[in-house]
Order: sequence, then structure tokens, then C-alpha cells
Amino acid sequence: MNWQWFYQLGSPKWFYQKTHYWQHWLGAFALMMLVVGAIWGLAFTPMDYKQGNSFRIIYVHVPASAVSLAGFYIMALAGAAGLIWRVKLQYTVMSVAAPIGAILTFLSLVTGAIWGKPTWGTYWQWDARITFTTVQFFLYLGIIALQQAYRNQNTADRACAMLALVGTVNIPIIYKSVDWWYTLHQPATLKLTEKSSIAPEMAYPLIWMILAYYICYVWLLISHTNAASLRRERKSSWVQALFSDRNATKVT
Amino acid sequence: MHPLRKQRLITVIFIVIASSALVGLVLYALSENLNHFYPPTKIVSGEAPVGKTIRAGGCVVPGSVKRDGKTLVVRFDLTGGTARFSVDFEGILPDLFGEGEAAVVIGQLESDGVFKATEVLAKHDENYMPPEVDDALNADNDGSEHQRTCEALDYAS
Repeated sequence: MNWQWFYQLGSPKWFYQKTHYWQHWLGAFALMMLVVGAIWGLAFTPMDYKQGNSFRIIYVHVPASAVSLAGFYIMALAGAAGLIWRVKLQYTVMSVAAPIGAILTFLSLVTGAIWGKPTWGTYWQWDARITFTTVQFFLYLGIIALQQAYRNQNTADRACAMLALVGTVNIPIIYKSVDWWYTLHQPATLKLTEKSSIAPEMAYPLIWMILAYYICYVWLLISHTNAASLRRERKSSWVQALFSDRNATKVT
Repeated sequence: MHPLRKQRLITVIFIVIASSALVGLVLYALSENLNHFYPPTKIVSGEAPVGKTIRAGGCVVPGSVKRDGKTLVVRFDLTGGTARFSVDFEGILPDLFGEGEAAVVIGQLESDGVFKATEVLAKHDENYMPPEVDDALNADNDGSEHQRTCEALDYAS
């Protein structure tokens, strides 16, 4: 089998050249989708029969939670690819996925607490889902801290990849916690295999927002990967050439 | 695949499987403690400790909510279908608390089987719909989809 395409995927230079032209367009598209989805969900969706307007936080809470979970798998898979093939780009993807995931998890926890007060009557309960989501937040923070903890980049990357792999255990637990135990948090509303327990006119903006969050995530991942690649490879000839070219054009 | 990489792949898979097994066993051992609340059957059967601060959850039996006219004292029954127990609470109930809805109460179980709650939380279900749809469903009164867990119960038994 020809593995050349695969090794190209591991090259920061190749990735930068392929993506840096259109990453800003992807960003503009992602932000547009977010704005459209937010207006749709906040202004043009009927309110809930029981919760009134406070249900609208679902349009931030559910996408943030879903992408923070998926993001952990992306981070761990990138880490695994880095461990197995010793490729630079995958480690870079892993290291930039951690802060993005941490912010999304934080957003999920905060919006959940804001919603919990009017709905449940409390900001915080140590129920299984909330607790394990907090664990995920600390795992993300741990990976960010571990990146800084070693002077040698390669050692830091390997340690982070290990932690990310072990941390994936938490993902199915968060996902299934509402079915496995009695929790204050309600079970899933959007279901893949059976009828969703949300009215269609409320579900469409939600699906739109989840999609918007995913696109936004991909944009952040690509642009941060490129930025981190430039920093990590600052001594390499292709980055040097890139910047000497730019300086040259500026001067002339 | 290069043998060295294959070996690393096996190591990675081993890390994931070993840590999953470890965490799985821990969770299995702790499973009971990870429940956020006791269901009514455990409260009634005496499996829940008496005189210790615990959480209990169930569906509020319709017609069981009795308020004291002068104070904030309220008494209601929680059920899981067959088992049923009374809750005493003094304070303001959350907005989404209601008959035929799920609730979680925090407090102590008295020896006479009454639960003295210090806090009452409304447990929201996974159903979302506009008010008009709910009205339409209630007009049919066919035991609609909403609040399946609590609505499906036969409270008469």
C-alpha cells in the first residue's frame, strides 16, 4: 500500500500550504452560521410549554457539550497518531485541541448552571453527568498544563497523548451517565435511533447550531494548528523562507 | 505497517483498554453511590438510611400536594409507580415543580417513613415543545408523549 499521502498529512508545511488560503473563509462561514443560528433560536423559535424562554440556552449548551465531547476524541486520536507514527502535525493538532475543548466544556458547565437555577432550582448538583463533565474540564486543563511542564517539546507531546488516551474513558461515561444512574440531568433529547422528544420547529435551529459549532471547531483547529506549527517550526527553512519573503515584500 | 509502528499501535490500544477496564471496575464498584438520588422503592423498602442527609426522587402524585394556608409548609407524595412516600417541606418550591412531574428532594428520612426535605429540586424531563403543541396534546388527553416517565404511571394504584 502506498502510504505517501498519509505521511504528507503529517507534514506541517504541507498542511499550512493546503489550508492557510481558505481558513479565514471557513472562519467567516462558521461565524455567519453561528449568528444565523443564534437569531433563529432566540427570536424565531416558539418558547417551551414548561420552561418558557429559559429553554433557549439549549442552543448554546447542547452544541458546546456535544463538540467538547467529540473534541476530546479528536485530541486523543491526534495524540495516538503522533505516538504511533511520530509525526509532528498530529501532536500540534492535539496540543491546540486542548484549549478549544476546555473553553467549550467551560461554556457547557456555565450555561448548564445558568439554566439549572430557573429549571431545577439550583445552580449546581454533584450528579453523575455534571461531575464527570467537570472531570473532563480538568482533563483538558491537565493537558494544557502538561504541554507547559516539559522543556522538551517531544516529551511534553508524548505525555499529553498518554493523558488524552486515558481521558477518553471519560467520554462514554459522560454520554451514558443519564441512562446508567439516577441523575438530576435529563436523558438525551435528540435521539439517533428513535423519535426525538423535541418539537421539529425547536429541533431544526438546534441541529443548525450543532453543525455551526462543529464548523467553528474545525476552523479554530485548523487556524490554531497553523499558528502553532509556525511557532514550533520557527527554526525550519520553510518558516524562515515564509517570513523573509513577507519582510522582503514589505520593504520593497 | 512497519513492525515498530504496529507495536506502538498495540501499546496505544492496550493503554485505552486497560484504563477503560480499570475505570469500568471502579465505576461498577461505586455504581450505587453514583446515583444522585434514591428511587421511591428504596425509600419504602428501608434500603435508604434513616436520619442521614440523602436525596430521593420520584414523581409528584397528582392531588397529593397540600399547602398550609398560613406558612410555607407543604406536604406531597412521591411515587415510582407502586412505592409511595410523603415529603414534608418548608420553603419556596421551584417554578417547574408540579403535580405529575418529577422532583428530587434533599433531606432526611424520618423513622416514621416521612421525608423531611430541606431542599426541593424540579427534575426536568427531556421533552421540549411549544405551548400550543402542549395544549393540543392535552385537548386530546391521550396520555401524550410528554413527561413519559411520570405521565406513564398509573397513580390510582
